[in-house]
Amino acid sequence: MKLSILTEGIFKNNPVMKQVLGLCPTLAVTTSAINGIAMGLATTGVLMGSNVAVALVKNIIPAKVRIPAYVVIIATFVTLIDLSMNAYFHDLHKILGLFIPLIVVNCIVLGRAESFASKNGVFDSLLDGIGSGMGFTLTLFVLGSIREVLGNGSWFGLDLFGVHFSPAILMILPPGAFIVLGFMMAFNNFVEERRRISRGGAQ
Amino acid sequence: MSLFLLFVGAVLVNNFVLARFLGICPFFGVSKKVETAVGMGLAVTFVMTVAGSITWIIQYAVLDKFNVGFLQTIVFILVIAALVQFVEMVIEKSSPDLYQSLGIYLPLITTNCAILGAAIINIQSGFDFLHMLVFTIGSALGFTLAMVLFAGIRERIELSDIPYYFRGLPIAFITAGILALAFMGFSGLVK
Repeated sequence: MKLSILTEGIFKNNPVMKQVLGLCPTLAVTTSAINGIAMGLATTGVLMGSNVAVALVKNIIPAKVRIPAYVVIIATFVTLIDLSMNAYFHDLHKILGLFIPLIVVNCIVLGRAESFASKNGVFDSLLDGIGSGMGFTLTLFVLGSIREVLGNGSWFGLDLFGVHFSPAILMILPPGAFIVLGFMMAFNNFVEERRRISRGGAQ
Repeated sequence: MSLFLLFVGAVLVNNFVLARFLGICPFFGVSKKVETAVGMGLAVTFVMTVAGSITWIIQYAVLDKFNVGFLQTIVFILVIAALVQFVEMVIEKSSPDLYQSLGIYLPLITTNCAILGAAIINIQSGFDFLHMLVFTIGSALGFTLAMVLFAGIRERIELSDIPYYFRGLPIAFITAGILALAFMGFSGLVK
């Protein structure tokens, strides 16, 4: 039962592929697999913190000012993550740059606070935060991997094809992000349609 | 001259949506019709310019002065949220017509990362007030331009025969990719 909260965010309600939220960081930082994972984990950290905090104070905050209150809570956790990444992972922080403070306006975080954490207990909210965060991280990792392999011929910085491979640089440039995500969504539609048909056929 | 280059750079070369990936949500969310795209673009231009000016003043008059730069994210997002609310009330009272056409987009703007993004870029680039103003207006116009172009293309896509699995968002993303490719043609314009 508890496990379903966790997996819900990863597959069934994947924030990027299903809910189409958080597109800006998804497209912007996924020039390599490692950047995608770093951005995903930073967002997961904020999601866990804000979900737990919102679940803790949900009965104290008057309904009318809840959105501004959530935004302040989220901004606090984003600042925490921002400062600690700057201290401990300085190189990654420089690459992700602007998009770390912009986690504040990532609709996934506010969306989970409003639709889940404000109605559920602390532990469930933590699980939901981890689940949604992992779903986000997974998508960023796949997108980052595809773009890095096609656009740079490497994966996690490891050279894959030797010196004679000429990579499609387009893929790590901005247009590549849109195109690869478009194909990923089409593939996702395809898989779901197939699954629906095979399930329908079995009955 | 450098102001002019900054402006052209912000509109075309470093286009907010297609090169910097800021404001993607409204770019896909409200670009099904050209009219709504224009409305959203105007609302964003207005809020971005005012928010950019206010956050610039706050940064240098308050945050830097009292050495509390780490509060930047929290203060900026609160300023933007309050500003959007305020603008909504003023427009509702003073010009019901404008409110009718912009009203629905205003609440959405708070979570538009282009606004917060522009405010932070202004500070990071160390612009003075005039450069900040030119850059912000240029960026907002670039956002509007990209949205209106994209909405025009999407209106045509609605009528065409798209492969089944690409219908809806997938083809929209690929179209945006091709539009971004076209905008990359401007990249030699400003160094």
